[in-house]
Amino acid sequence: MELTLWTYEGPPHVGAMRIASSMKDVHYVLHAPQGDTYADLLFTMIERRGKRPPVTYTTFQARDLGGDTAELVKGHIREAVERFKPKTLLVGESCTAELIQDQPGSLAQGMDLKIPIVSLELPAYSKKENWGAAETFYQLVRGLLINQTKKNIEYNPTIWKDEGRRPKVNLLGPTLLGFRCRDDVLEIQKLLGAHGIDINVIAPLNASPEDILRLTSADLNICLYPEIAESVCSWLQRNYGIPFTKTVPIGVNATKDFLKEIYELLGMGNPISQTDVEPSKMPWYSKSVDSNYLTGKRVFIFGDGTHAIAAARIATEELGFKVVGLGTYSREMARPVRAAAKDLGLEALISNNYLEVEAAITESAPELVLGTQMERHSAKRLGIPCAVISTPIHVQDVPARYSPQMGWEGANVIFDDWVHPLMMGLEEHLIGMFRHDFEFVDGHQSHLGHQSIKQDLKSDLQSEKKLLDISNEQSANNEPVWTPEGKEELAKIPFFVRGKVRRNTEQYARQAGCRNIDSETLYDAKAHFHA
Amino acid sequence: MSGANLLKESGPREVFCGLTSIVWLHRRMPDAFFLVVGSRTCAHLIQSAAGVMIFAEPRFGTAILEEKDLAGLADAHEELDRVVKDLLARRPEIRTLFLVGSCPSEVIKLDLGRVAERLNEALIGQVRVLNYSGSGIETTFTQGEDGALKALVPLMPKSDDQQLLIVGTLANSVEDRFISIFKRLGIKQISSLPPRQSTDLPSIGSGTKVLLAQPYLTETAKALKHLGAEILSAPFPLGVEGSILWMKEATKSFGINDSLVNSTLEPLKLRAIKALQPYKEKLSGKKLFLLPESQLELPLARFLHRECGMELIEVGTPYLNREMMKMELELLPEGTRVMEGQHVDKQLDRVREYKPDLVVCGMGLANPLEAEGISTKWSIELVFSPIHGIDQAADLAELFARPLHRNELLNQKVLTTA
Ligand code: SF4
Ligand code: SF4
Repeated sequence: MELTLWTYEGPPHVGAMRIASSMKDVHYVLHAPQGDTYADLLFTMIERRGKRPPVTYTTFQARDLGGDTAELVKGHIREAVERFKPKTLLVGESCTAELIQDQPGSLAQGMDLKIPIVSLELPAYSKKENWGAAETFYQLVRGLLINQTKKNIEYNPTIWKDEGRRPKVNLLGPTLLGFRCRDDVLEIQKLLGAHGIDINVIAPLNASPEDILRLTSADLNICLYPEIAESVCSWLQRNYGIPFTKTVPIGVNATKDFLKEIYELLGMGNPISQTDVEPSKMPWYSKSVDSNYLTGKRVFIFGDGTHAIAAARIATEELGFKVVGLGTYSREMARPVRAAAKDLGLEALISNNYLEVEAAITESAPELVLGTQMERHSAKRLGIPCAVISTPIHVQDVPARYSPQMGWEGANVIFDDWVHPLMMGLEEHLIGMFRHDFEFVDGHQSHLGHQSIKQDLKSDLQSEKKLLDISNEQSANNEPVWTPEGKEELAKIPFFVRGKVRRNTEQYARQAGCRNIDSETLYDAKAHFHA
Repeated sequence: MSGANLLKESGPREVFCGLTSIVWLHRRMPDAFFLVVGSRTCAHLIQSAAGVMIFAEPRFGTAILEEKDLAGLADAHEELDRVVKDLLARRPEIRTLFLVGSCPSEVIKLDLGRVAERLNEALIGQVRVLNYSGSGIETTFTQGEDGALKALVPLMPKSDDQQLLIVGTLANSVEDRFISIFKRLGIKQISSLPPRQSTDLPSIGSGTKVLLAQPYLTETAKALKHLGAEILSAPFPLGVEGSILWMKEATKSFGINDSLVNSTLEPLKLRAIKALQPYKEKLSGKKLFLLPESQLELPLARFLHRECGMELIEVGTPYLNREMMKMELELLPEGTRVMEGQHVDKQLDRVREYKPDLVVCGMGLANPLEAEGISTKWSIELVFSPIHGIDQAADLAELFARPLHRNELLNQKVLTTA
């Protein structure tokens, strides 16, 4: 039993819903009690979809349990097929139905429905949403393709040349409730188009069962979101010999590697940029002199595996940050995240407990947090700027404007999204410094009209208070004590580095055997850590 | 009973389960913690319905059952003890712990009553442990509150003193307002269930007269009656008419003379009717379709028809307690379609067929209907907003007028730019 106050991922059947809702002509009969219908709002409210997810819930009740729930399930299946006329039916159960073992999948298969039926078994008491999505996608692809004759396993990467056509690829993994999938797909299409590569099928997003049947005519699979598509990609490779890409094109360097990988796999030689112009603005923005202040910024990264790993690479290679923490909530991605962390000299945090993540943030005293919406809230409490890089999805992650994460434009978006909170931090510091000046009376603030500044200042003051409270407690444990003068000096330091300075100074005071910390100790410590 | 046309339907439903009421109960009693014993689905439901990310340390959580808890009940009990102990160690301010049953815990027959009993002995003097079920196989949405309040009833101190007991969660401001009006009317002893502090329970006994502020408290009412209380029978305090009838039922039972009642309430009534007027103009003649969710549907329909002039196409309710709803049903116009239960697809077919001007529905259905050009109002907003009482009648009407108003505004723009 696990005490959970909040969870990064929903249950696995929500993953299945993501696949079903992403596609066309697919319907999902879910054996589940009425309360489970809440999941519809994830799509209709958070993602603002104007369509109900194609899901029929059996909504069985306690009084049905004594009777024939199997008949009830069959009734719902029959009705759903008649009403929605899907071309493929997914059948599965949620946590409660799993316990009563009606086997809705086999029931459906025995009903002579004349459409392909994919029976889903998604263990609700051990697995989670992303796993459920990947498994559903895999079962669906396998279920639809299983009767197709297999292609020659000997993959011929240059067959497109022999056939006198452009190479064509599948984009696999984008789903509803994913992070910016809608725009990533457009960006990658644009990118590949510019390199003379055509798209065969995009799935699951907007794909129909017919499209799934066409998957095998691609020369290459692009695994855009390994969490969702890796199992499908490796199955297609094993059975049809179609290779798949391992690089996820988030960030300028990763996008370059991604192109290189595709060129190699397709026998296209070396990717030569069509112009001398750098396709993304990020490298220049990062190099330009006013980005100097970004150097060595301490950043803490947490999210799904794919986005966390990508963020770590961008942070270190492309923005000159220092990664001080890296983790994921995804157990399935623990291994690659651990490896990425190890490369940075860190130990990865693999956890589904947001309080543990918050503690790790506090511990590593970052100046910027890149996380999920939950870390955004934690960071706010801690007074640290934050940008959101990963699911779980939130209305704010479905912006009206085009804002991919992948490809060249994705890198531009990332530069803006990550750097603006830091600039805001600096601005707030300036405002904090000048807040006693007469210009800074209420109502006279930034021309940008940042409503939040006043509030943030308040929380700034609160965290200040917390900070000072903490230091008072220390006297009890024979720890160095902040003198009022030291505290005053500390309060002058910008809030987003204050935590780090406090910790360093205390550490220094302990080492140096100082009992009282005053402004001198603070400067001694500063010199010490610079040395 | 008048001529409301009582119908029943069954099929796929689209309603929340009783766990959802934790979302407002935990705000009402800040010293209580609601621990759902359930699955990841249950945890995900509550956080999705509540948007809980704003809380650093929410006062609700889920003990998520894992594979090994399903293997043997003995272990599940032990595990639950451990989880509770950890939780209480971290949250010493908790005075009452509700163990909330879910579908999975019901199906595996985890006896939370026994667990609560055992924990109560172990934690005596520190925390009281109660239990109820919010499972979706037994309860919908607001019925969770019924379960939680019923669990509190046995702990209420016994007293036969005369008192008025208001039962059902109200917004604090609304509750204060009712209390001050009742005091003006000469009712001295007034208390509420749930109280604002879980340990501050009102007394119960033969002198207690109960006014139900919410229509979904069937089981709680039964339990209170069993302990000697008198359950007053009135429409629910939504709208001017409902609120006045509701308050008058109390004054009647306390033998307060009519002239005081009338002279106190009449000015409030006139003021409220005046405030209601602009919304009445917006709503009058508009067609309304209520999908089942909160059990507030009947009193809302009565208010929107009688005081705002809306035409009722269909009034859905997840569950109909005819006795408790007797007066509400009598106030509905002849032949109103009252639909108990749901077949969501057929019901949506009817929505499309009748083309109502406004549909009251759950969050899952709102945007799809909007996309079809049908204005909607989320029912969940109604359980979060202060809507009860005479003074709130205009605010309540405004909630329904707003989507229509917005529609007009946006459509106008389309016309001018086109
Ligand atoms: S319907 Fe049952 S399983 Fe689903 S969230 Fe509600 S209590 Fe949990
Ligand atoms: S003038 Fe406005 S935009 Fe420029 S730094 Fe100040 S607040 Fe920011």
